[in-house]
Amino acid sequence: MNVLGLLRVALRALAVNKLRSALTMLGIIIGVAAVIVMIAVGGGAQARVEEQIRALGSNLLLILSGARTQSGVRLGVGSNYTLSEDDAIAINREIPEAIAAPALRGGAQVIWGNSNWATQIYGTTNHYFDVRQWQLADGRVFEPAELSGAGKVCIVGQTVVRQLFADANPIGQVIRIKRVPFTVIGVLENKGQSMMGTDQDDIIVVPIATARGRVLGSANLAKQRAVSTIWVKVADDLDTKAVEEQVRALLRQRHRLQADAEDDFSLRNLAEIMAAREASSRVLALLLAAVASVSLVVGGIGIMNIMLVSVTERTREIGLRMAVGARTRDILGQFLVEAVTLSLIGGLAGIAIGVGAAVAIAQVAGWRILLSPESVLLAVAFAFAIGVFFGFYPARKAANLNPVEALRFE
Amino acid sequence: MPENLIHTRELVKTYRVGDNDIRALAGVSVDIARGEFTCVMGPSGSGKSTFMNMLGCLDRPSSGEYVLGGRRVSELQGDELAEVRNRNIGFVFQTFNLLARTAAVENVELPLVYAGVPLRERRRRALEMLALVGLAERADHQPAQLSGGQQQRVAIARALVTQPLLILADEPTGALDSHTSLEIMALLQDLNLRGMTVVLVTHEADVARFARRLLRFRDGHVVEDEANARPEDAQAALATQKAAA
Ligand SMILES: Nc1ncnc2c1ncn2[C@@H]1O[C@H](COP(=O)(O)OP(=O)(O)OP(=O)(O)O)[C@@H](O)[C@H]1O
Ligand SMILES: [Mg+2]
Repeated sequence: MNVLGLLRVALRALAVNKLRSALTMLGIIIGVAAVIVMIAVGGGAQARVEEQIRALGSNLLLILSGARTQSGVRLGVGSNYTLSEDDAIAINREIPEAIAAPALRGGAQVIWGNSNWATQIYGTTNHYFDVRQWQLADGRVFEPAELSGAGKVCIVGQTVVRQLFADANPIGQVIRIKRVPFTVIGVLENKGQSMMGTDQDDIIVVPIATARGRVLGSANLAKQRAVSTIWVKVADDLDTKAVEEQVRALLRQRHRLQADAEDDFSLRNLAEIMAAREASSRVLALLLAAVASVSLVVGGIGIMNIMLVSVTERTREIGLRMAVGARTRDILGQFLVEAVTLSLIGGLAGIAIGVGAAVAIAQVAGWRILLSPESVLLAVAFAFAIGVFFGFYPARKAANLNPVEALRFE
Repeated sequence: MPENLIHTRELVKTYRVGDNDIRALAGVSVDIARGEFTCVMGPSGSGKSTFMNMLGCLDRPSSGEYVLGGRRVSELQGDELAEVRNRNIGFVFQTFNLLARTAAVENVELPLVYAGVPLRERRRRALEMLALVGLAERADHQPAQLSGGQQQRVAIARALVTQPLLILADEPTGALDSHTSLEIMALLQDLNLRGMTVVLVTHEADVARFARRLLRFRDGHVVEDEANARPEDAQAALATQKAAA
């Protein structure tokens, strides 16, 4: 008998006990749905992390003031900066593969005309735009004189533009940051959300000397040329790890740290941080995978169970089929196709439910999902394999029946 | 001497039940020519069904020889036997053994399905057989919608559809009333007159009188083998019964 004929026989047999067939499929349905959701959610999370890494640049180092404690929490932030602007200058001078941008930051109220807005003030150098790969949408970057002479000029982010200027052209306008007038000389391109979910466009960039002296500074800071952060970009297609070690060695030397002393700064590779975040999303995916595999196995056992019942119920039918000429492979094929049909229908229902659930999760929880044809194929393949694996034993049992005994069976 | 269709020598079948060997067949040697109408009788447990299962290649003898149509089928096993059953033998059972929820025509087609006959050809031959047993109009009916006699006719059509060498009927009238039994016997007799070899098991002397030969079994042996020179005509018996009613 050909596969199509076997399929018709299988569908007819399954239709006789519709409820039983549906209940038997339940395990497969849940398992396959879980596989689909798992891949969709996991894939979405991964795609998002990859996107962030791309946006940030995979070769970005962040040096923060203060030592990292055992638990990873930095000490002394804000009170005792251990990094200085000169560290950034030294990195730029000593390590040609790296570009370093020192940064000081703090919050401030800004006013233009009748509008005012609380935003983040970033004191840095022109290197910052290179390091963050952040272009200007309009205007220009800082002149050397503005950087060295603490010029009262600023470059604003898109959110600030929206909040302060609405439709007006910001270039050339004078805004007040903590009552100090600044001339807007540039507008940054839109950057979007950071990986922590904060709005990166809610920013005003000023020369670092200006920030220290007029906006964020204290006398203490000014004396030390201290900065809170140094951003470092490693030139493309270079080993970020190696440059990271060079930077670490340079800073330790400049800070005169003994060989056994701990770093008085913390150096982070942003790609690594994001990889760690990705790993946590993998835990979720793994959990779902566990649920899926348990459910698939239970579903498979359910199919095996029902197929055994079915073989027993239909012993006389099997005997009759043998009497009229069914060979071992015909009977084996018949029950195998029936089991696979059961699991494949369950698999298709599971795909429908899984896709529905993934879309619902995307809408309700706001997670990114990624539905790929591969995952659907994988689910179908899983269902098929389960049908074959768990259907084989009952089918073989049927095929090995003795025709005389099968015909006698009450 | 023309070769016999069925030739058995010292057929033995033993079943092991617990520690005992039960000899269901204790050395049966029988020859049946083409076109014979043979009736097998005997007390319950005497080995009639076991004998039929051997003839039908449903089971293999413990020892002895069975030649069917010139082929030593007692040597065959598994799928080879399935093929012999499919091509050469038509079974008729006491309980009909039709597939439930399956149209009569599809039931008749079943042996052709396993013979690998294409659908169109299968359908044509099945309908032809249904017409032969007088059920052309019931082709689409499922077994549950047919009477016992009609179901047995469908089963006979199924037995005939592969144009087998012989029809084996184990108590085909056992589940039918006497009138319907007569109808079935008339059908089998008619097939026999057209040349089909028929072997039939029955408990009823009433049924046996239509056969041309009688084999009587006891304790796994053939104890009597007599010819009936003047078998009764089932068709005539049916007519008489109708007239009386
Ligand atoms: N599968 C089996 N296992 C054990 N013993 C069996 C088996 N099949 C048949 N027998 C035994 O073989 C003997 C012959 O059985 P068989 O069915 O051939 O009898 P029968 O003549 O057809 O009887 P009945 O007229 O009641 O149908 C009986 O004693 C029966 O118990
Ligand atoms: Mg019997």
